[in-house]
Order: sequence, then C-alpha cells, then structure tokens
Amino acid sequence: MSEGKLSVSSQVLLWTLQRASAAVLAVCVVVHLITMIYAVRNGLSAAEILGRTRGNFVWFAFYAVFVLAVSVHAPIGLRSVLVETFTWRGRGLDWTVFAIGIVLAFLGFRALWAVFL
Amino acid sequence: MKSDFRARNHPAYWAFIVHRASGVLLSLFLPVHFMALGQALQGAARLDALLRWTEQPLVKIGETVLVMLLAAHLAGGLRLLALEFLAWRDWQKSLLAAAAGVTLAAVMLFLLQVA
Amino acid sequence: MAVSTLRVSVWRGTESGHLQTFEVPRLESQTVLDVVTHIQRSLDPTLSYRFACRVGMCGSCAMTVNGRARWTCRTHVSEVMRGEALEVRPLSNLPVIKDLVTDMTPFFDKWAQARGSFQGATTRRDDFARVSPETPERRLADAGIECIGCGVCYSSCDVVAWNADYLGPAALNRAWTLVNDVRDTDRRSRLAAVAGDAGCHACHTHMSCTERCPKKLSPTASIAGLKRAAMMAALKGELGDE
Repeated sequence: MSEGKLSVSSQVLLWTLQRASAAVLAVCVVVHLITMIYAVRNGLSAAEILGRTRGNFVWFAFYAVFVLAVSVHAPIGLRSVLVETFTWRGRGLDWTVFAIGIVLAFLGFRALWAVFL
Repeated sequence: MKSDFRARNHPAYWAFIVHRASGVLLSLFLPVHFMALGQALQGAARLDALLRWTEQPLVKIGETVLVMLLAAHLAGGLRLLALEFLAWRDWQKSLLAAAAGVTLAAVMLFLLQVA
Repeated sequence: MAVSTLRVSVWRGTESGHLQTFEVPRLESQTVLDVVTHIQRSLDPTLSYRFACRVGMCGSCAMTVNGRARWTCRTHVSEVMRGEALEVRPLSNLPVIKDLVTDMTPFFDKWAQARGSFQGATTRRDDFARVSPETPERRLADAGIECIGCGVCYSSCDVVAWNADYLGPAALNRAWTLVNDVRDTDRRSRLAAVAGDAGCHACHTHMSCTERCPKKLSPTASIAGLKRAAMMAALKGELGDE
C-alpha cells in the first residue's frame, strides 16, 4: 500500500462498520419515524418534547446509541461520495471524514444532553 | 469513453441515486437538527420559539421532504443489506418495490398526522 | 418489415472522433454485428471492429449499441431499434484504439490482479478431484462460471468509471468462482487482493453489470459473496496489512 492510504484491512473494517451501524440505524430510524409521526399529530411543542425526554433514561440510552451509530455511518458514506465525486483520496480525506464523525457525535450528544437535563 | 444516461436507465440505478442523494442531504441536515435541539440548553422558551418558526407551510413541506428522505434511505438501506448479506437470485426487484412502498407509506402517514 | 434501410451512426476515430452515418440495407434476423460487417465489407473497408466466433462464445464483439453495452453477434437489430436509428460506439471505460476497437488490457490485467487463475496443489499424476455438483460451493461457482470475458459489465459499471483502480465486475466474479473452488489453494491471498476500496467493497450494488450481462450472470451477487468472505477474513486478521 502506498503512503497515506489506509491498509486494506482498515478499508474492510470501515465497510463493516458502515453495515453494522446501518443495521443499528435501521431499528433506530423505525422508532424515530414512529415517534415523529406520533409527535406531530397536535403540532410540536417544547413542553411535549421535553416532557418525553427529560430525566428519561430509556430515551437517553436510545438516543445515545442512535447518535453514535449515525456518527459512524454518515462519515463513512460521505467518504465514498467524496472519493467518487471529487476523486479525493488519501490521508487528508480520511482525517476530514474522521473530523466530520467527531463533530457529528459532539453535536449529537450536546443535543441529547439539552433535552435530557 | 464514458457512457451516458442510457446505460444507467434501470431500476437498481435509480435506487442508487435515491440512496446517495438522500444520504448526502440527511448528512447535511443532521448538524442543523442537532443544533436546533441544542437550543433547549437555553431553556424551553428558546426551543418553543424555534418550533413556532417550523409551523410555516414552507418549513412543513421541508419537514415532509426530510421524512421522505429518511424513509427512503431506511428502506433502500434495508434492501442493500439484504442484497449484500442474504443469498439472493430472483427476488431483488420485489425488494425494490417494497422499499418504494415503505417510503410512500411513511410519507402518507406523516402527512395525515400533520394535516 | 417497416424499414428497408437502416441509418447507422458509427464511432470513427480514437478517444476523440465523431459519429459517421451509413445507410445499410435492412434484412430479416439481422444482428448488429451483421450491420457493422456490411459497412466494413461494402461501404468503408477502413472501419475497424473486433469479432471472432459470431455465436456468443468468444466475447470479442461487444460494443455500445444505442447507449448500452451489448454482445453484437447475438443482438438482433429489431431488439435495439429506436425508430430508424442505430448508434454503434466502442465499449465505455476502456481506451479506444480505433473506431469500435478498445484496448482490453486494463480489463484483463485486473483479472490477474484479482488472482483470477486457479492455483492447485495436485500434479498430473494425482487422480481427478471429485467435486459433487450438489455442494453449496460448487453451486456458487457454477452460478458465475459461464463468463465469456466480453467486457460488457466492465463497460457498464459506474464504479469502474469513478475509480480507475476498481477491479470491476468480471474480475471479481472470476475471483468468487475460485474462492468457491474447493481444489484451489490461493483463497487467502485472493481475498486480500479483492478486498477494500479498489475491490469488492467499492461496489454500490448499482447492478448495471447484472442488468447488462449477456450471459445473464449476476456479478453483483458474486461481489456480495466476496464482500462477506473478505469481511470474515479481515475480522480474523487474515488479510494482512499490505
């Protein structure tokens, strides 16, 4: 492997993580869609949303898994898009994608904290 | 020499276009979604102000599009997992129809609730 | 028959070139290869194209017909006509040598890179290996074995167009048949050769290869098999860090 490229086993690991996170997300998104369709029936209000999430450890655990899975899934997907659309490869791309994952996880946990507290 | 749209004009390729476009758009929306929920750090009133803003018709249309993107990415993703991890031969086109059906059903349900 | 003359646009030149129009008599049961042959023999002997067997075995006559890669010897004009027009170009995703002839070198080099040749442990003095046609491995190998190497899948694949290193559907399909060959001894290094961003894991299941394969094979299914096998090998630490 040339300098600056992920090893083949790391590339396969990324693919595996993408599929594993997809399987987790499939469950999360079904719950999310149902919650959403249920929640919008009388319009959205902060009281209703926070009433559901504040201090609720079940929702907290659910959304923690959700945020983690999406922070893995989205960056790896974007990596393929960037490779194929801009023929961008190598270490710069992989660090960028890693940073996107960190930012997503940070923003996600910040949001989760905001509705749990 | 590159091929043109005629080479790509088949259902599984459209499914790919939907999956890629929805994936990119959802990735762009995700930080906005998290930032919006993060408003609750500054109190319920702040979140309520934001939620009132989302009651505009145009924003509601945008939300419906997001529901569609999410449902389409979910259904298309389940189809891909099935194609990659299960033995298959003949039923892959039915999967495509099922994925389209799930997407449509989710959007209809959402619209019924919003209206 | 409705038309008695075909208007045929044929690619002339190399990567840069133009479409040249010919008028070819419309015949019953006429194949696209018949049309191209008529042009070369009766209208313009400088037209270059490639064919050998004319019966769908050799895989040398594939061209892009009305926008889709096809084997021209087994494609009837009546199947592909849009109005009265027929457009014939060289295969996509391969360098054009001249007119309808592409350089297949990258295509076959990738078969070699994917370790597409059988590696056995026996000699001619050993007895024949007995492989039951009923075993799952043999069935999987059978499903992909009829490839004639025509390059239609390679020419139809967008991942090939996007990523010059991608091995492509035919080479990966070949590797999958060998991974399922119980006599083969090269499984581990073959999985390492076909894994990752330039191999099976780059496939997005567009299924253009499966859609266009003239032998009705499903390289997509073979590639999916490789994805799983290479994933298991990677999880066991068998791919090595090359």
